Amino acid sequence: MIERADSAVSSVAQRNLEGYVGFANLPNQVYRKSVKRGFEFTLMVVGESGLGKSTLINSLFLTDLYSKEYPGPSQRIKKTVQVEQSKVLVKEGGVQLTLTIVDTPGFGDAVDNSNCWQPVINYIDSKCEDFLNAESRVNRRQMPDNRVHCCLYFIAPSGHGLKPLDIEFMKRLHDKVNIIPLIAKADTMTPEECQHFKKQIMKEIQEHKIKIYEFPDTEEDEDNKLIRKIKERMPLAVVGSNVVVEVNGRKVRGRQYPWGVAEVENGEHCDFTVLRNMLIRTHMQDLKDVTNNVHYENYRSRKLAAVTCNGVDGTKNKGQLTKSPLAQMEEERREHVMKMKKMESEMEQVFEMKVKEKKQKLKDSEAELERRHEQMKRNLEAQYKELEEKRRQFEEEKVNWEAQQRLLEQQKLDVSKTMEKNKKKGKIF
Amino acid sequence: PTDIRQSCLTPPPGSEIISSFYGAEFGYVGVDSVLEQMRRKAMKQGFELNIMAVGQSGLGKSTLINTLFKSKVSRRSVKPDDEERIPKTIEIKSISHDIEEKGVRMKLTVIDTPGFGDQINNENCWQPIMKFINEQYEQYLQEEININRKKRIPDTRVHCCIYFIPPTGHCLRPIDIEFMRHLSKVVNIVPIIAKADTLTLEERDFFRQKIKEDLRANEIEVYPQKEFDEDAEDRVINDNIREKIPFAVVGSDQEYQVNGKRLLGRRTRWGTVEVENTAHCEFAYLRDLLIRTHMQNLKDITSSIHYEVYRVRRLNEDSVQYSPSLTPSPEYDWTGIRNMPHCLV
Repeated sequence: MIERADSAVSSVAQRNLEGYVGFANLPNQVYRKSVKRGFEFTLMVVGESGLGKSTLINSLFLTDLYSKEYPGPSQRIKKTVQVEQSKVLVKEGGVQLTLTIVDTPGFGDAVDNSNCWQPVINYIDSKCEDFLNAESRVNRRQMPDNRVHCCLYFIAPSGHGLKPLDIEFMKRLHDKVNIIPLIAKADTMTPEECQHFKKQIMKEIQEHKIKIYEFPDTEEDEDNKLIRKIKERMPLAVVGSNVVVEVNGRKVRGRQYPWGVAEVENGEHCDFTVLRNMLIRTHMQDLKDVTNNVHYENYRSRKLAAVTCNGVDGTKNKGQLTKSPLAQMEEERREHVMKMKKMESEMEQVFEMKVKEKKQKLKDSEAELERRHEQMKRNLEAQYKELEEKRRQFEEEKVNWEAQQRLLEQQKLDVSKTMEKNKKKGKIF
Repeated sequence: PTDIRQSCLTPPPGSEIISSFYGAEFGYVGVDSVLEQMRRKAMKQGFELNIMAVGQSGLGKSTLINTLFKSKVSRRSVKPDDEERIPKTIEIKSISHDIEEKGVRMKLTVIDTPGFGDQINNENCWQPIMKFINEQYEQYLQEEININRKKRIPDTRVHCCIYFIPPTGHCLRPIDIEFMRHLSKVVNIVPIIAKADTLTLEERDFFRQKIKEDLRANEIEVYPQKEFDEDAEDRVINDNIREKIPFAVVGSDQEYQVNGKRLLGRRTRWGTVEVENTAHCEFAYLRDLLIRTHMQNLKDITSSIHYEVYRVRRLNEDSVQYSPSLTPSPEYDWTGIRNMPHCLV
């Protein structure tokens, strides 16, 4: 029966089909496409060193991410918190999963742990920013999704409650990433202690209004029952191990103690299977969706609002939160040009100053040279005068001597003349 | 009473005959009965022991103290408070009990340090503890230099400090190293691996080796200190102990039925950890060390070495001139102590 909807806006009429059309096949198409594309998942592990993070990762994915050849950060205590990522390609049943594990060695290990969460926050924000930039580009063919989809926070099994560091970290990160708190090394506690501890933790989480990852309710009742069971067991108490031991004839993964074997995959012993199922088998896609729709959108709106409000002064209207990207680009260009101009003028100033300095220096050296020149000239003149003096003396002497010579000669001449006269007189006789 | 008198009059089997000045070689003098007299006097007087437990919250300090003395002597038991928060600063709480066993009375004081290492910023978290220890020395010193002093000075000095290392399995953390470095100079430190049921036997051995390496690298001397071994016999015993420290302990004050016996332990779904079973954990060794064999030694070292160092330093500071007769013994490390003037209250 066909009914026409009068108000076409609000309600969508439900129609019954009169035959097989075939769009029930849509999920299969999506499935095939996704399988071809492959999946990506980024998991971050945070916790103090020695809580079994590396062992748990190895157990979850049944690989040796941290093996003897590539020892994990657990073997060395770092001075500062670092964020390290390692990528692994896992294949199963034709489905590819690019798994990125982000580790935070050095978290909570120092004596002073203030702001040890800052590198983690910076890392998450930088990945979101990368995705934002990739999304805003013109050519969006390849958008690798490196955002952190899930953060496993390891709580030390003290048995009392959350530590101040735990509370601070979770408060700062609960609106940036999905946090799943885990109780590490759960084989430390007896079942009663474990129950008490879990209750205490949940109470404190609610008190401090920390939003941890919530499992969504589905429509089917059976799934809901399972989900409710999981919710009761939060936070999950896990034990990790990749060592296979034999218990009653069967081989299981577990930890061998003198008093028994704690089995990793036994639901009675710990919640490892619950975690694995939840993380990988049922809720991986949901974690990615929540990251994309909630955390990433939060980041994006915060970032874009901040950008527009940043360069604006009080006179312009603040109501304009969304500017068209062209105007944005124009403004950026103008800013850039202004910056360039400013830099240019600055450089010119610097250049001028340098030139002045150099000139001054040259002048100084010139004056110096002149001075020296003067001095040398004076020296020279003095010497010259001396020489002149000497010459004059010499000349005087010479003149004297010549005069004397002439006198002598005159005398000689006179004498010879008189002798001649005498001779002549004599001859006349 | 009868056997006491007998032991004074007749030579115990295997005893050497003491020869005296006046040629009485073939008689029993009875000098060794002074041991018996001392024992009687000690029983009348009673003993005092002050133990301090330091470590992050949640490492089982109170439980271990309860287990050690097989009675509820810790702070938690005296004032059970489920809603206890981690205090914002380190508080020092000391609880005294009088316990008795076979006629021997002991005044046990347990000093707890809640809040140690729990904050985000743990710089100088050892300072309140240093202050407390020095205050106890100060009190004793004041009493000692009094003109009219009591016959028995009440001894509140900390004889032993048990440091709880969290079972990470990897190595010592910076806060552990800092704390032990500062405090091994003023008090006897006994480090233990807390909650050892987290670690398998191989992990425990590996962890122990790493801890010993770290202690050696940072030149931290924990009890029993090598330099205070008195003779070869002591050295052998202490070397044995030094091989095994830090002990990996598990504490429990609940009893369970195991193989028909009632034992202290922890019951998990895959087995029961027995506290006194040396195959499971080394609690028995710790208890023997602290109580059965080395208790007096701990007290001796505290009073004759740690306290004397403190006393010399204090008296030196009081006197204007540096008197050479009060020179400290050369083998003791003074550099760290000289740099800590702020510890004096």
